[in-house]
Amino acid sequence: MNYRIIFRIHAWILGFDAVFMLPALIISACTGDMPAVKGFAAGILISIAAAGFLAFVSRKAERRFFAREGLVATGLAWIVLSLAGALPFWISGRIPNFFDAFFEIVSGFTTTGASVVADVEALGKGLLYFRSFSHWVGGMGVLVFFLAIIPAGGKHDGYMLHILRAESPGPSVNKMVPKMRQTAGILYIMYCTLTVLDVLMLLVFGRMEVFDAFCIAFGTAGTGGFAVLNSGLSTYTPAAQDITTVFMLLFGVNFGLYYMMVMRQFKTALKDEELHAYFGIVALAVVCIALNIWHRMPEAMNLESTIRHSAFQVASIITTTGYSTVDFDLWPGFSKAILMCLMFVGASAGSTGGGIKVVRVTLLFKSIRRNAHQIFHPHEVRVIRMNGARVSEQTVTNVTSYLAAYVIIVIGSFLLIAADRGNFSLTTDFSAVMATFNNIGPGFDQVGATQNFSAFSNFSKVILSLDMLFGRLEIFPILALFSASTYRRT
Amino acid sequence: MKIIIAGVGKVGAMLVMQLSAEGHDLTLIDKDPNALESTMERYDVMSVTGNCASMEVLRTAGVMDAELLITMTGADELNLLCCMTAHGMNPKLYTIARIRTPDYLESTYALRKMFALSLTVNPERQTAREIDRLLRYPGFLKREPFANGLVEIVEIRVDKNSPLKDVPLSQFSSVVQTQVLICAAVRDGKAITPTGDFVVREGDRLFVTASATNLSALLLSIGLAPPKIKNVIIIGGGRNCYYLTQMLLKEGIRVKIIERDRARCEHLAEVLPGATIIQDDASTSAVLDREKIRQADAVITMTGLDELNIMLSMYANQQKVPQVITKLGRAENMELIGVLPVGGIVSPKELCCNTITRYVRAMKNQVGAAVTVHTIADGQAEAIEFIIDANTKHIGEPLKQISLKKNILLASITHGRNIIIPHGDSMFQLGDRIVVVSSNGQLIHQVNDIFMA
Repeated sequence: MNYRIIFRIHAWILGFDAVFMLPALIISACTGDMPAVKGFAAGILISIAAAGFLAFVSRKAERRFFAREGLVATGLAWIVLSLAGALPFWISGRIPNFFDAFFEIVSGFTTTGASVVADVEALGKGLLYFRSFSHWVGGMGVLVFFLAIIPAGGKHDGYMLHILRAESPGPSVNKMVPKMRQTAGILYIMYCTLTVLDVLMLLVFGRMEVFDAFCIAFGTAGTGGFAVLNSGLSTYTPAAQDITTVFMLLFGVNFGLYYMMVMRQFKTALKDEELHAYFGIVALAVVCIALNIWHRMPEAMNLESTIRHSAFQVASIITTTGYSTVDFDLWPGFSKAILMCLMFVGASAGSTGGGIKVVRVTLLFKSIRRNAHQIFHPHEVRVIRMNGARVSEQTVTNVTSYLAAYVIIVIGSFLLIAADRGNFSLTTDFSAVMATFNNIGPGFDQVGATQNFSAFSNFSKVILSLDMLFGRLEIFPILALFSASTYRRT
Repeated sequence: MKIIIAGVGKVGAMLVMQLSAEGHDLTLIDKDPNALESTMERYDVMSVTGNCASMEVLRTAGVMDAELLITMTGADELNLLCCMTAHGMNPKLYTIARIRTPDYLESTYALRKMFALSLTVNPERQTAREIDRLLRYPGFLKREPFANGLVEIVEIRVDKNSPLKDVPLSQFSSVVQTQVLICAAVRDGKAITPTGDFVVREGDRLFVTASATNLSALLLSIGLAPPKIKNVIIIGGGRNCYYLTQMLLKEGIRVKIIERDRARCEHLAEVLPGATIIQDDASTSAVLDREKIRQADAVITMTGLDELNIMLSMYANQQKVPQVITKLGRAENMELIGVLPVGGIVSPKELCCNTITRYVRAMKNQVGAAVTVHTIADGQAEAIEFIIDANTKHIGEPLKQISLKKNILLASITHGRNIIIPHGDSMFQLGDRIVVVSSNGQLIHQVNDIFMA
């Protein structure tokens, strides 16, 4: 393995980490929040020092780069990014336990939004901004961001494909235009445009404060879920909540489709099977939950707010954002069960959301249907199609093996979490794993919408942090870090 | 420039390498997803799987805003259909098709408007022409023409008896008695740019710039001029062989072809009435001896197997055949093959790619961009031709006052029809063509890149 090129990439990563902290430092300074200023200043200095050291070590790096380096670089980059990002929380003393700080920022970069902080308002504006901004950066991908801006690498740029593939969610990632830099650039331009639109809508129609609008929009764009108020989003205007619902859903759509629309291929974009399935699931879930609540809790809400809250919560969970306008832990069992199912499904491939992804679920159903059919008609040959085109058997195998790995890791972490000395309820343990692995944030019971993850032991927090990384990078880049064959010489 | 390449075979893959290094936006089409995947891993390109003549696939590949389509699939008919379809969809598109079947040669030329072809390339015929050129000056391993053929860079191997052996660079001109310049040398498989203390050694391969008119004088002075070639043995009766035999017969050279396949032999006997066709397995030396390989003036190995070609050429060299030429289809690992005694090496893939790269550069017509590029010294160096324009620095200054970058050498200046082999007092003027040799991976995109900043 070419370790030096990996060091070189990490030098870049740490350098950018320092840049990300700069606005937060300024905000902290403006609000006179001295502990946060200390935290960010120390974070920036340590990051720059480490970046300088790595750049020095890797100054003679060869540009040879293969799939293995791509996977390892991506997996490691997210861990390094989070380690450096945890520094401000820890050094400022706002989150005195380093494991808590690490959990918090991993939750930020992986766009999970699970928190260990009970009183978020006490974090201060600078740290709140940094937390929300980490969602925005992590949503589209940190390395994709570097691909868009680092200087072109000359002759052998093909390797960057491994990074795009490792970081972008979905079973078959491809470029939109021939050049990697342009592909990454287009993704970020669309991402920025939608974010800015969200901010403006929240300001104008949602009548939000500027700081809140930016932070909430960052969380929406990255499908993260860190709020800036202890009350989540429940105290914002209904208009602001509806705008957030719509934008959460928009950021859960494959960005490739937006590019098609920009290129005026509306028909192809709107005929996308995954898009239909995605909005179909959303509509069905909203109707079921609204009826269920209306039926079981007639005293609690009126029709408008019932629909608004159920739509908001469905959008929040399926896109794996994790914002809340009500404590959905108090909802009837059927509604909670639906939300639990949505946690599995997740958003679309090529979006900023997590979960298994709608396209994988669709392919799995098609594959199951085919296998069932083949029991009765063993000699019939059938192919699986997506958008009319044949899906290669390799892709189908990849999807099933992804699901197998998913299930095994979820069960494994569930067992480890259940051993926690906190002795939580079964729902708490399982939903904690689900909420972190699928990058959602809140789960049920003791990790519900109004609760947080602080009660877990350090060991459980590390497991859950890894789960978040597993979920965000779709398992294999992190798995590669733990595989002996990665480090073998031949 | 947006370019679509259909077919990622041997030639396609090499084109991707060259064109992506020049910064073009490439989209590849191929039926085989694995071939695409392995190319995508190495180069910054996009790919579409499918039949390249289908409108749907072409549309996905972005034919509507592409500027050039290059079809390199194995089937000529598919290449033609693909070009026609794409041009029908986007009339502004330029198209290049590889056409290899001799039967189509006439129609694709006469009806090129109808087929919507901007350029056709025929690697086999190019190979034949290249070999034919080499046979005219036996002794050179390779000839690369520049400035419309006025200047050439030729490759010479220094043997035990060569008068060039142990000659220091300063005395080189007086030994060869003509105006020439060593612009690169390969010693022990590594390319070196000769400096003042360079001494020619046995086993070196020299790359020498000379004007085309001085070539025979050069050959004479180094005692490499064998008698004119009168009879040639060609091993392997493929399409290359057909084109080459046609050319040689026209020049009055006797040709003997050894080919293993009976049906192919009969076909060759039918279309090449002047040639002697032998049906036998040339990989046994008994057959070669029986066909009197020792009496041949030149042996050309062009079977479909590179390994066999190399073995046969080494045998021919050992039998003291004056001129041996080896065709290599894959042309990989040239630094390994270059040191073997296989005579001149001709690679259809490389010739074809060079033609297309040249066409693309002409299309782009960038100010200061290279006119011609040839890779020399087993791909370790590049010889690049530029035209001096108003933006070029240091016009009219004597060379001794100009400092060039490391590993860059000015090989020749063509002023009108005069060729100047550069020395300290020479200078270039507006409109001159210069040839620059760059080794050790120095990237040169335009003429001003050769000067020190």
